[in-house]
Amino acid sequence: MALKGLDIFKLTPKTNCKQCGVPTCMAFSMKVAQGSLPLEKCPFITDDVKDQLSEATAPPMKTLKLGEHTLGGETVLERHEKTFVSKTLYAMKVSTANDDAANDALLEKVPKVDYDRIGERMYCEFVFVEGTEGENARFLDLVKKAAALDRDLILATSDADLAKEALAAASGKNVILAGANASNYEAMSGAATAANALLGVSGESLEELHDTVAALEKLGNKNLVLVTTGKNAKEAFRNTVEVRRGAIKGSDRTFGYPSLVDVAALSGGDPHMEAAYASLFTAKYGSIVVLTEMDYAKALPLYGLRQNIFTDPQKPMKVDPGIYPLNGADENSICMVTVDFALTYFIVSGEIERSGIPVNLLISDAGGYSVLTAWAAGKFSASSIAKFIEEYQVEEKIKNRVLVLPGKVAVLKGEVQEKLPNWKVVVGTNEAVEIIRFLKDFQY
Amino acid sequence: MPLTKTSQKFNASINAFTIGTGDKAVTMGGENVLPFYTFDAPIENAPKIGAEISDLGMDKNVPGIRDYYAGAEDFTELARRASAIPGVDFIAFALDAADPNGEDRSVEECVEECKQVAEGTDLPIVIIGSKGIEKNETLFDKVADALSGKNVLLMSAREENYKTIAASAGLAYSQKIGAESAVDINLAKQLNVIISQMGVKPQSIAMNVGAASAGYGFEYVVSTMERVKMAALQQNDNMLQMPIVTPVADEVWNVKEAVVSEEDIPEWGPQEERGIQMEVVTASACLASGSNAVILRHPASIAAVSKMIRELI
Repeated sequence: MALKGLDIFKLTPKTNCKQCGVPTCMAFSMKVAQGSLPLEKCPFITDDVKDQLSEATAPPMKTLKLGEHTLGGETVLERHEKTFVSKTLYAMKVSTANDDAANDALLEKVPKVDYDRIGERMYCEFVFVEGTEGENARFLDLVKKAAALDRDLILATSDADLAKEALAAASGKNVILAGANASNYEAMSGAATAANALLGVSGESLEELHDTVAALEKLGNKNLVLVTTGKNAKEAFRNTVEVRRGAIKGSDRTFGYPSLVDVAALSGGDPHMEAAYASLFTAKYGSIVVLTEMDYAKALPLYGLRQNIFTDPQKPMKVDPGIYPLNGADENSICMVTVDFALTYFIVSGEIERSGIPVNLLISDAGGYSVLTAWAAGKFSASSIAKFIEEYQVEEKIKNRVLVLPGKVAVLKGEVQEKLPNWKVVVGTNEAVEIIRFLKDFQY
Repeated sequence: MPLTKTSQKFNASINAFTIGTGDKAVTMGGENVLPFYTFDAPIENAPKIGAEISDLGMDKNVPGIRDYYAGAEDFTELARRASAIPGVDFIAFALDAADPNGEDRSVEECVEECKQVAEGTDLPIVIIGSKGIEKNETLFDKVADALSGKNVLLMSAREENYKTIAASAGLAYSQKIGAESAVDINLAKQLNVIISQMGVKPQSIAMNVGAASAGYGFEYVVSTMERVKMAALQQNDNMLQMPIVTPVADEVWNVKEAVVSEEDIPEWGPQEERGIQMEVVTASACLASGSNAVILRHPASIAAVSKMIRELI
């Protein structure tokens, strides 16, 4: 059970010394209870008390670090309640069930998808290496090949001795060893802990998974990932939801670990089914989603979806301010100005691109707000537009002197014209959907 | 500590909502759990899929869609082909040509087209209005009359034009009404309230709470749907218990990822496959967030999404 602020307050010195950076001990206690400050900020809390409290103040779901990635740490079931914190990560799967040529071809494709979308690097974070029975030598060989790529690894085998060899072959890499179950967990846990790897645990049923996790925790291993794949899609969905919901709503810390769903195993090699399930588990509680292949056709929608879902509702998504030449725009093309709110940028640039007409889209720094909000907040004004034109040396870079304002800030026209006397300031459309028509009818 | 499961079976439920008539009538909604949470309580009516056809014809689409409809001479044949796609539950006919800023096709012609569509299918029909909000008032009035007795769903009534549509299509012709708002739970509820106040039964209303492509502000779609479902189920808000119908196709087939040719960005690979996956991913995420039905265009996307629904229910 989570502790209330008052329970924590009783353990503080109640001197309001402010050394924690908060005006009063009461305020500090409230913040600790919310999880926004760590207990350690108070220099007077003794180790005894810390131990006593750490279990009770621990978040419902553990946050695990693996290299540069963070898994888990979620506190809500729906993003609007607060925010999701650890985005779904993706893995591409190679397996000793494939022939060598197929695996080589897949490994070659891993680095192909790697691009930037609104300041976020989009790439396949993991390679999932699966070892099937009786293929030990080929498995180790495959692990070595996968380890040569600049990606973290998930090694799937339930043979603890083989796991040790595989972990040795992948030394220096960030690894999740997936393959612990009710019968081998002790040996697997030893192998994973010795190699500093996270341990993936699965169970025949949710009850068995729960028992195995409890047993592993008793062994002192809390660096776990729960494999929720199950026998079919229905079971996978159920497991993944029950694990996350049990942790967050049911305060069951035994299920408070990140999940791993192998959608490649659920899709029978059909790339459209794989995309459907990957989407489902990105929306609902998959911490790691394993696919046979991440090509651009899957990556573009999935990474877009992920970026949206894991956006903090309190922080708007922003694009970098600057001059964006669209449809091959050059110095003779007109300029259209708008704000840096990512959604505005995507919709406006999309419509301009569909028109086929070359336009220099000027994205000004408006704090990531939409046009009207930014205008109301004084972040999108005649001065901010004029300042942008100056700072980004638009007049030096572009010869055309037509500047189109968003229709919603038509009131700015006079003032902008006054500040930019060399320009012909034009009021554009209220809605983005009208842009194509506007550009086509526009008299140059 | 042994495993104790947490259930989210609610006392309230989403309205059961039927379109079409006879054997092929389709019922959506009715559930008292979150999307696909069959482990909390059975979901009687699986989410449904509509195949979208346009009165501009299907020639401007990617080859996989275009070829599927190739040679269809009239809307009867278009509707027949759409109905034959495996996994399709209803036909969504988009009156794109009626747009006053586009082809501005006359109301009479549109009514004729709708009649042709009805001849080509015995599946339920959803009519998607034009972009002309004002024009849809007369359009829906005449279409509702022409398709009288077919129990069609008219998408969409909005804040600006709901009065005429509710009075005519909803009350005079007893058709179903789609209430359209843009990713805002308060506006969605408000529209349901005012349409109900006109005398339209809540059970005759479906909602389009807004749609977007994955990557294009889709977080608003997710959060609006999740909040609507929570209000409907947890707080028993009967002005938000209408099922959600989401037109996905029109969003996804217009975004860059589905439109840019392979020549322009070679590393992205074939355009058609990108469009299909955009449609599949967006539709799946809509269903996971709360849509009771999605409207799609490509036969391959319909196949994948309908299979996912079957597997999960």
